[in-house]
Amino acid sequence: MSAPGASGAAGSRSSGGAPFVMAAPALALFSLFALVPMAIVGYLSFTRWNGLGSPSWTGSDNWREALTSDVTRHALWLTAKFMVVSWLVQTPVSLLLGVFVAGRQRYRTLLAVVYFVPMLISAAALAIIFKNLLDPNFGLGATLGLPLLDHNWLGDPQLAFYTTVFVVAWQFVPFHTLLYQAGTRQIPASLYEAAAIDGAGRLAQFRHITLPQLRYTIVTSSTLMLVGSLTYFDVVFVLTGGGPGLATRFLPLDMYITGFQSNEMGRASAISVVLVAVGLLLSLIIVRFSGFSRMRSQQAGM
Amino acid sequence: MAGVPLRSTLAAGAVALALTVTACGSSGRTVSGGSGDGVLVWALTQGSETTFRASAKEWNKAHPDRKIDIQFFQNDPYKQKLRTAVGAGNGPVLFENWGGGGLKSYVDAGKAADLTPELEKNPRWKNRIFPSVLRSTTFDGKIYGVPANGVQPVVLYYNKQLFKKAGARPPKSWEDLLALVKTFKAEGIAPLAMGGGSKWPDLMWLEYLVDRIGGPRAFADIAAGKKGAWSAPAIRKAAGMIRQLVEAGGFAKGFTSVSADTGQAEAQLYTGKAAMLLQGSWGYGTIRTGASKFVAEGHLGWTGFPAVKGGKGDVKNVVGNPANFYSVSAQASGKEKKTAVSYLKDGVYNDSYVDNLLKGGDVPPVKNLDAELKSADNPDWLSYVYGLTRDADSFQLSWDQALDPELGDALLTHLDQLFLGKISPKQFCAQMDRAAAK
Repeated sequence: MSAPGASGAAGSRSSGGAPFVMAAPALALFSLFALVPMAIVGYLSFTRWNGLGSPSWTGSDNWREALTSDVTRHALWLTAKFMVVSWLVQTPVSLLLGVFVAGRQRYRTLLAVVYFVPMLISAAALAIIFKNLLDPNFGLGATLGLPLLDHNWLGDPQLAFYTTVFVVAWQFVPFHTLLYQAGTRQIPASLYEAAAIDGAGRLAQFRHITLPQLRYTIVTSSTLMLVGSLTYFDVVFVLTGGGPGLATRFLPLDMYITGFQSNEMGRASAISVVLVAVGLLLSLIIVRFSGFSRMRSQQAGM
Repeated sequence: MAGVPLRSTLAAGAVALALTVTACGSSGRTVSGGSGDGVLVWALTQGSETTFRASAKEWNKAHPDRKIDIQFFQNDPYKQKLRTAVGAGNGPVLFENWGGGGLKSYVDAGKAADLTPELEKNPRWKNRIFPSVLRSTTFDGKIYGVPANGVQPVVLYYNKQLFKKAGARPPKSWEDLLALVKTFKAEGIAPLAMGGGSKWPDLMWLEYLVDRIGGPRAFADIAAGKKGAWSAPAIRKAAGMIRQLVEAGGFAKGFTSVSADTGQAEAQLYTGKAAMLLQGSWGYGTIRTGASKFVAEGHLGWTGFPAVKGGKGDVKNVVGNPANFYSVSAQASGKEKKTAVSYLKDGVYNDSYVDNLLKGGDVPPVKNLDAELKSADNPDWLSYVYGLTRDADSFQLSWDQALDPELGDALLTHLDQLFLGKISPKQFCAQMDRAAAK
């Protein structure tokens, strides 16, 4: 019984099986906590279950309901909008900040530490802080009497969406700034020296050296941003709970509300399968079309 | 890497896996470690929390062998936490709930214990409680929960200082209310505060308006699942009046983002930012906790929901929650159940418990309280609530609790959109009819 297994394990070390064995613990954990739950969710999406009792099989009912429901469709569209707007806001800010704090001057290092602070605050705490600051009756605007700040930030459907984008950006810009800072510091100084000799100004250097050299950093950061905003939940949930109305009911919130407030676990499971599929597809597309998987060196000929 | 023995790598992996798995499986119904070693009770913050805490302390002192360990949660997250925990078999032994459709889903799934035999064995216990209140936890003739705090009718609170300054009187009719909106807006004060971010306060307006216009029949049709019941004239008219009030600027700026869980709507009332607030009787406790001086000096006023001209509903009818209830988990062990039942029988509604409730402004639904009511330190409020409940022909349980949770949630979502003006009254009725038909 044990002989073939033993010889297999011994033999595999030379034939390339060892990496698999080394990865086995990680794979086991991944299957236990990611693949198995995903399979269960897949099964649940074909059942009707209120969280208590036992699920009953309903075939494709949940899928039909989820895909034709106005609320879920709206959530899909809102999520797409959120992803794009978030990317448009976060990328330029963190790119510029990252390049800025990559400089070695002391005041920049100091500022880098300040910029980093939001990352240390837990998402729930951060959302509660902003909820109180933006409160229409007891918040900053009302207390300080500043007309500029005195808006119905979280209560107006239009405004609530952009407020959410802002708060999420406030939380994640530091992380992406860090990525860009590291990316910028990797660019060899000789490139800038050569450009300076050729008479390139600061803007030209930024356009023709920094940006192209940061290409893969941009891809990495964008992937994280897009997939991140697709599945983003905690801050939005604490900040607005998906409201007012459906104004910030993104797909993950729609899934949660359907599952845990309306107690329709089956339909919520169908939504979550959609979420996983869209997320996978999105990262595949980005990796494929950005040439990220080829990962050529940017410094050929140096 | 070749230096690391294969076997120890695998062993380490297996150990890590085993640790994680057991860590997930070890949380039980009775808390191990943490705050105590007694029977686990889950209850809600705000309202009657002070009474619950005092009662648990007193009980544990007197019964060191049958301790209870009470934990508190905010209203809105509580419903989800309870359902998830009970569904996973990790729920508490004793859990607070609202009766009605919500509790029924636990009963249907066999998660709540039948308390009828225990109540029958102790007629003194059973007969003390108002029978009308037990109706919310009775399904197929069996009782699955007993009340644990006070009756909770929804009333209209108002700030007497602001009313005096404006020379205004509390509204008796819908027209009065609309006139008051104008009066207070002209003074730069928000006419009505509301925690609309939590959505369920919106519902109180719909419940009262539908009752005043169409009487209790209108909701009885909905609860019975009658086709097209949501498009009845009473519902349509009530939805239209809600739009009228919102468009007149009746609610405080930003009401759609104010949470009802944090007492901010109440704060608007006692800080003089808003003149009125429609809220359950637990709002009194919240206001007292937040501004005891305001209440002690008699600045807080209260009145019933105004009448609607030509409506069928009696102005004495109330909506709200008859009480909050304790139910016992059907999954608890025999010993845990015994402790839980003995606490419900002897710990809940004993003399000091009732005193504490009255002190907090809660009127428990138990008989023969007249003497205690008179000697309590806020007799005006207590007798008002007691009288309101006693004289009401209809005490309608909050719709989101009376309906099954799926429809209840759809109702809150659509109603929120009606308040925001995202859908018209007609669309609201049509969408609710569609949701009910599912």
